[in-house]
Amino acid sequence: MTATPVSPSEPELGRARKRKEDARLVTGRTRWTDNMTVPGMLHMAVLRSPVAHARITSIDTSEARRMPGVHAVVTGSDIAGQQGSLPCAWPITEDMKAPAAPAMAVDSVNFAGEAVAMVAARSAAEARDALDAIDIDYEDLDVVLDIESAARDDSPLVHEELGTNRNATWTFDSAEAGTGGDVDRALRDAEIRVDRTFRQQRLIPSFMEPRSVLADPTGEQYTMWSATQVPHILRTMLAMTLGKPEHKIRVIAPDVGGGFGGKLQVTPEEILTFLLAERLGRPVKWTESRSETMVSGHHGRDQVQRLSLAARSDGTVTGLDVKLLADMGAYLRLVTPGIPILGALMFNSIYKFPAYRFSCTNVFTNKTPTDAYRGAGRPEATFAIERMMDELAAELDMDPVEVRRRNWIGHDEFPHTTVAGLTYDSGNYEVATDRAMEMFGYQRLRDEQLRRRQTGDPVQLGIGVSTFTEMCGLAPSRVLGSLSYGAGGWENSQVRVLPTGKVEVVTGTSPHGQSHVTAWSQIVADRLGVPFEDVEVLHGDTQSSPRGLDTYGSRSLTVGGVAAVHASDKVIDKARRIAAHMLECSSDDLDFSGGRFAVRGTDKGMAITDVALAAFTAHDLPEGVEPNLDAEANYDPENFSFPHGTHLCAAEVDTETGAVRIRSYVCVDDVGSVVNPMIVEGQVHGGLAQGIAQALYEEAVYDDDGTLTTATFADYLVPSAADLPEFHTDRTRTDATSNPLGVKGVGEAGTIASTPAVVNAVVDALRHYGVTDVRMPCSPQRVWRALSDARSGSSTRSESGGGLGSMDDGGGFAAGSHGGAR
Amino acid sequence: MPRITVDVDGITCTDEVQPRTLLVQYLRDQLGKVGTVVGCDTSNCGACTVHMDGHSVKSCSVLAVQADGHEVTTVEALSQDGRLHPMQQAFHDNHALQCGFCTPGMIMQALDLLAENPEPDDEQIREGLEGNLCRCTGYQNIVRAVREASQRMRAGAGPAMEHSGETPAPRTSTEQTAQQRVAGGQS
Repeated sequence: MTATPVSPSEPELGRARKRKEDARLVTGRTRWTDNMTVPGMLHMAVLRSPVAHARITSIDTSEARRMPGVHAVVTGSDIAGQQGSLPCAWPITEDMKAPAAPAMAVDSVNFAGEAVAMVAARSAAEARDALDAIDIDYEDLDVVLDIESAARDDSPLVHEELGTNRNATWTFDSAEAGTGGDVDRALRDAEIRVDRTFRQQRLIPSFMEPRSVLADPTGEQYTMWSATQVPHILRTMLAMTLGKPEHKIRVIAPDVGGGFGGKLQVTPEEILTFLLAERLGRPVKWTESRSETMVSGHHGRDQVQRLSLAARSDGTVTGLDVKLLADMGAYLRLVTPGIPILGALMFNSIYKFPAYRFSCTNVFTNKTPTDAYRGAGRPEATFAIERMMDELAAELDMDPVEVRRRNWIGHDEFPHTTVAGLTYDSGNYEVATDRAMEMFGYQRLRDEQLRRRQTGDPVQLGIGVSTFTEMCGLAPSRVLGSLSYGAGGWENSQVRVLPTGKVEVVTGTSPHGQSHVTAWSQIVADRLGVPFEDVEVLHGDTQSSPRGLDTYGSRSLTVGGVAAVHASDKVIDKARRIAAHMLECSSDDLDFSGGRFAVRGTDKGMAITDVALAAFTAHDLPEGVEPNLDAEANYDPENFSFPHGTHLCAAEVDTETGAVRIRSYVCVDDVGSVVNPMIVEGQVHGGLAQGIAQALYEEAVYDDDGTLTTATFADYLVPSAADLPEFHTDRTRTDATSNPLGVKGVGEAGTIASTPAVVNAVVDALRHYGVTDVRMPCSPQRVWRALSDARSGSSTRSESGGGLGSMDDGGGFAAGSHGGAR
Repeated sequence: MPRITVDVDGITCTDEVQPRTLLVQYLRDQLGKVGTVVGCDTSNCGACTVHMDGHSVKSCSVLAVQADGHEVTTVEALSQDGRLHPMQQAFHDNHALQCGFCTPGMIMQALDLLAENPEPDDEQIREGLEGNLCRCTGYQNIVRAVREASQRMRAGAGPAMEHSGETPAPRTSTEQTAQQRVAGGQS
């Protein structure tokens, strides 16, 4: 696929261009933040609380200050007046409870891993040595870990001053919103009712590049390099949080090694590095160890999900009630409280529920704060509804694909306004599903499954289905406003045709692996009719790309790419005026194609690159035309985009050991039109890996004291090549109608869709033994226990959805997470 | 402080190092060879993989003093005269990298894998790369790339496709001895 040579006349859009980004990355000529060294630079190390909840009763830094190479040792009380409170940009309700969130703890700590002191030293090693010499006394407080008990009124409190552990409750009711019927009535009248509780375990984003920040206060502008997804947001938030003038701050995201939401943050360490550099008047660099990432970088997911589904006995769904508890951890970070809300309008998914209600209560615990992780709210919604559809199918003894077919939006019903009030513009679930089933060999696998059941094969076969959609392209600013988000969702681009005809494209999105340089080059080359090689894409520096809202939520192409289209079109409009002037014709008589303006009906014309030179020399421009061939566009989308797809997983489950092996994984995604199929396939692969990892391998586990026991890659099971199957992918195409490219977004699709496909397969393999759920990750131990509980007649439900209350069952919770297939 | 002499990417380097300095810290902080990166602190991720005397080691698990008298090759030495090494080319051609942070280590480990087994099947490739984590690609395109590189680098595939000077040729008895000298370097 990727190595196929392309002919010069092949259109740029849809072409599997190899990436411009690779040349530096495969040769080691990289600019990760930690690679940077500037004159006079010091190194910072951060001391972190070993306890989850305590008062700081004393800190002695005197010995540390005397250590070799140490320039400064700074505690929270030293900077209490300057550090402000870390920003939360998404106050989801007016009465939301929000604790002060200091970058460095001043008198109390609320999770193990919270910063309590920092050292600046000549070398990173000397800075870390000095941490060992800092002496802190803690007075322990009650540790709050389990979401469900934390939500109760009698729970000890994480933040005494809030008077509760409940951050906020956010609700949607289709009856109140006027978008659907009454859920209570639907449940009361249900011919079939399915009630289930699912547990979204806590995950760690696990980008490969540890976070790193370099702050340099020695220039006219204060410059910060950071391994961040959001340089623009970071700049504004540094100014607002620290009370600094925004125009005196420059933020650069150089090469950034993955993010997956984990670098969508304004981190304590960014604030601390800034303050320490300012205090010392010297550049300061901080680079974390992996163990620091695991305890202090924000985590993801972590919900208890209670769902009730009403249906008729023919399989038609009639109502859905969703009640969530979402773990915020100890503090609200940038968009923490809004993450579960991103799923609020997606639980109904592709199905025509006539009544829908959603309620989410956010809860504080003494754990690492949660925030965005790939999919952010939508994987949670998709998992729950796709598990429910399989459970409904089982209740009805109906094929799980069939029960979906009976309920999904037909291809002739678009645009379709859902019970949650969103308008899905396009899609074709039938075609994607038919294609996936054909590739998968659905019936053949069902036949084999039956054979294995009949013969009592110790290795049973399960088939999992997931027909998902998501909302991408964050986001229409007015919708964000209605959800109380603190910013807009627009994106910016500038296109500049240089005097020699080469092109610079500026984008406000900030890639960290997504291949924007290649894709934006294709988009603009296609639009302007210039060679792909002649386009340079500038990003990730608030000086060169001053406006933008960065990269997350599969927004870059659907919002930022479209901004580049609009900027290109403005360039063409301007060039048309100049060309008409030079060719002495009406601009209406000019046709533009292949980079050339032609006077209709003649052989006269000129290339846009020649127009650029004329604009530069400015010897003879039409009245009112400025001497350049540049244009800028801000694009605010009118609607979200709604990629969808059908994912099918066949899993072999060893009933004697509990081991799960993915035998076959097929997915057919519809992401609208495609700029570069090679990049799209890569995004799907990586997404699948992370979604499958949630299903089978990964979990952040705390012990009873609130210590993260999975704080290294030896304990937190990021899958290796040996743990993952070969994926079989294909695409169908219904273009988005909401943007001129017809694109829908692909960054999160694989992650969102795959988790329920895998878990549905595992449960399907064991269903005939009485198993109705296996809690994630479906480790051998969990699977084996679910099976043995079902066989002995005891309920497996006690473990499912138990929250971290399942820590009551001793080591089982922790042990379960260590049973991965590594 | 101990004084060491290490051949790094063809340059002889003599330096004083602290006894506790890791090879990767020596490469990055003292020599400026920042093409090799650090992804974890438990030698699980493999991002820091380099070759020592022709065999892959995780350079976070080797002390700089253990590299004294040895040849170290990093990803920075693979391309020659502006031409990518066949393994680098295969990674590019097969979209085997996204953010690229794991790529230097992944490429160095893949070369070691082919030195040991020039014609691995997919399963053997996956197992051979088990100690190198990638969070972006799902590994499928990495497996494709290594498979393709194994074909391009096979003897008789043409002079341009042979091993470049800095990459390991099939193992010899002297290299076996070298491997014993650095036992423990590769986890």
